[in-house]
Amino acid sequence: MIEAHALTKHFDSFVAVQNITFTVQPGEVLALLGPNGAGKTTTVRMLTSLLRPTSGWARVAGYDIVEEPDQVRASVGVLTENHGLYLRMRGYEYLDFFGELYGLDPVTRSRRARALAARFGLEEALNRRLGEYSKGMRQKLSLVRAMLHNPRVLLLDEPTSAMDPQSTRLVRDMIKHLRGQERTIVLCTHNLAEAEELADRIAIIRRGQIIAQGTPLELKARLLGPPLLEIRLARTIEALPDTIADLVELDSYGHNWLRYRTPDPMTTNPQVLRRLAEHGAAVVTLSEVPQSLEQVYLRVIGSEHDVPAPSQTLTA
Amino acid sequence: MSTPTSVSSIEQRAGVEKRGLVRSVRWNLSRAWIVTRRELVDMLRDWRITAPVLLLSLITPGLANWGAERLLAWIARYGATLVADRIAPFLLLAVGFFPASFSLIIALESFVGEKERRSLEPLLSSPLTDTQVYIGKTLAATMPPTIGSLLAMVVYVVGQSLAGSPMLAPSMLVQIALLNIMHALVMVAGAVIVSSQVTSVRAANLLASFIIVPIALLLQTEAFIMFWEHYGALWWMLVGLVVVYVVLVRMGVRSFNREDLLGGEIDEINLVQIAKQLWRLVLARREDGVQRSPWQWYRDEVLGAVTRTRPAMALVAVAMLAAFLIGRYYGTVFGVPPEAFVLDDWYARFHSLLIDTGLSGLTGILLVLVQNVRVLLIGTVLAVFSVGVLVVLILMLPIVVIGYVVAQMATAGMAPVVVLAALVPHSLFEVPAAVLAGGLAVRLGASVLAPPPGKRLGEGWLEALADTIRLWWLLILPLLIAAAVVEVYVTPALVSIATSGG
Repeated sequence: MIEAHALTKHFDSFVAVQNITFTVQPGEVLALLGPNGAGKTTTVRMLTSLLRPTSGWARVAGYDIVEEPDQVRASVGVLTENHGLYLRMRGYEYLDFFGELYGLDPVTRSRRARALAARFGLEEALNRRLGEYSKGMRQKLSLVRAMLHNPRVLLLDEPTSAMDPQSTRLVRDMIKHLRGQERTIVLCTHNLAEAEELADRIAIIRRGQIIAQGTPLELKARLLGPPLLEIRLARTIEALPDTIADLVELDSYGHNWLRYRTPDPMTTNPQVLRRLAEHGAAVVTLSEVPQSLEQVYLRVIGSEHDVPAPSQTLTA
Repeated sequence: MSTPTSVSSIEQRAGVEKRGLVRSVRWNLSRAWIVTRRELVDMLRDWRITAPVLLLSLITPGLANWGAERLLAWIARYGATLVADRIAPFLLLAVGFFPASFSLIIALESFVGEKERRSLEPLLSSPLTDTQVYIGKTLAATMPPTIGSLLAMVVYVVGQSLAGSPMLAPSMLVQIALLNIMHALVMVAGAVIVSSQVTSVRAANLLASFIIVPIALLLQTEAFIMFWEHYGALWWMLVGLVVVYVVLVRMGVRSFNREDLLGGEIDEINLVQIAKQLWRLVLARREDGVQRSPWQWYRDEVLGAVTRTRPAMALVAVAMLAAFLIGRYYGTVFGVPPEAFVLDDWYARFHSLLIDTGLSGLTGILLVLVQNVRVLLIGTVLAVFSVGVLVVLILMLPIVVIGYVVAQMATAGMAPVVVLAALVPHSLFEVPAAVLAGGLAVRLGASVLAPPPGKRLGEGWLEALADTIRLWWLLILPLLIAAAVVEVYVTPALVSIATSGG
């Protein structure tokens, strides 16, 4: 479990992170989204006890990040922003080194290293020097390193960056598997599709503050409004928008289609269909327009929104 | 993946189970050795490191042997065999120094090089403690220069033996080997500190001069001592180097900070910011904005600072007492015979001397004040560069003289009341001021060794400096002014009364 309360970090006069509060339960994935320089990596480094918060507190796997940093680091598997491998080492030596640092006996660390490497298609590459690895291979090896000691908490910074689609699928499946094993996972990513697929909850960070937090559905409902529905007709009718203007809030329309929003589709949709039928409209399809996390993200991060004060954080 | 690791395994992994001292040291070293082993293997795989160290360790002694043969032959032509004998040990010392100085680059890039290669964060994210990381890196950086130095010396000695040259005595060989090893260790310890504090390998290399030059000067001093055959002094230098090494390693461990290592990308000193922070610390306003009465502020920030300085003040007081006793001892052992003293009208002559030299009236007060302030300020500045050692020595010197003079006054037959009248009145103000100023200076110099818990090296140093400035203005200067007034007006009057018998 991770509990963070009002975490703040100043670097001299620069405020990198301010009042970050969230909780991640075992078996839950929290995605931290935000532009470059938003404070995601600083937050992760505080949770790993690499940086000391200026104020606020956090507990990771039950350990205080300030008072018990060694226990925090022993409990956490971290995939860092820069994987920075020792290029003259071979893959198995690298994993053996970190396995030893995390207190694993030789047999266990060898077994786990080979098992995890096999899972990511790296088994044959373990005998090669890390300087010969591609970017994607290095990323996968770093992920193996983060998981080697079976940590209860995983902090993953861009886990699928530089990976091909097949490897990306492997990693995402692994994250889902780990979630099923009651691990606590924080995921920093720019990949909105990945966040939508994997995250139970999302926290959007901008300029060091969490400005929106909730499940993907909650954030969409809160920030994008009621569901957007589209009706397509077989042919145009006169004054199409006027036919249902009194029933729904129109979003947009064309010759033979229109989009509208309604907070209560169960009630509104039959009324709209009846009205259109009364006017001789032949409805071809009535469907919900998918609203993406990208729309949420851009709505929140876009320049027309000022960063609200912490009390005004959009929490669903 | 299997189920997560248990809490007890995490505690064991983090090394937080309770252990005795010996087990704790063994545990820390075993953990540090994991890092050391990796670094050493990595070094051996890098031909750009191993080749130059090996070549330098083999070629330098060869060149030294060749040069030594020709030098000694030339010297022998003029019958100056004494010179030849005295140069031989120095050549061995120099031969061992070169590989060590070259290998310094390994120590200089131990932390900052890994930071530039972006491989430091995973290491720092592991359960290793700060001490284990630091010691692991230091041990690894120590091996190449030490082995290179020893190898070079062995090659040189073997070369000398094969050439039929007279061999140095075993005790001298051991002494020189130990000196070279300690040179290497001290240089490495300094270089690792530099590496853990700067933000680029370039900056570390630029600062290398601050490590190599003092050791090179030390080498020249040792050569000088060897030339004059005071080999006993070299053992004391060895002891001093061991102390310096321990101090440097401790300083490095205490100032090691993961956050600073990962953080700064640019070396920057914002003097305005530092000055503002220092001023805030000097004024010592409460961060919560709560107003205090002048007495509350004085009690918290002035007397509180005195309390923080108590251990350092105790050290200075003991040193000054020891100095007095040393001076008194030498006053009895190497004193002027009593018959050499002429006590007739001594006070009138002494008083006249005071007037002639300007040590009377307002001018005298200013002279005494300026002298005392100057000595204590110089001591404070020197303390910064000597972890507090030099200020203690500076305060001891005049006290040794005073002890000597007191012994002489007793030898000359002066009444004890005269001695007391000459020393006590102004000492009541001057000695506390000196002890306080000396204590603050020691604390300022030593703060780089042991910053207060939870504070970085710079923060601890600024706090000590703020306390120094505050106490100088509010306690030390008033005491010194009072001491100067008493020394000019009161002390001579009391001595006059004591001398005239009432």
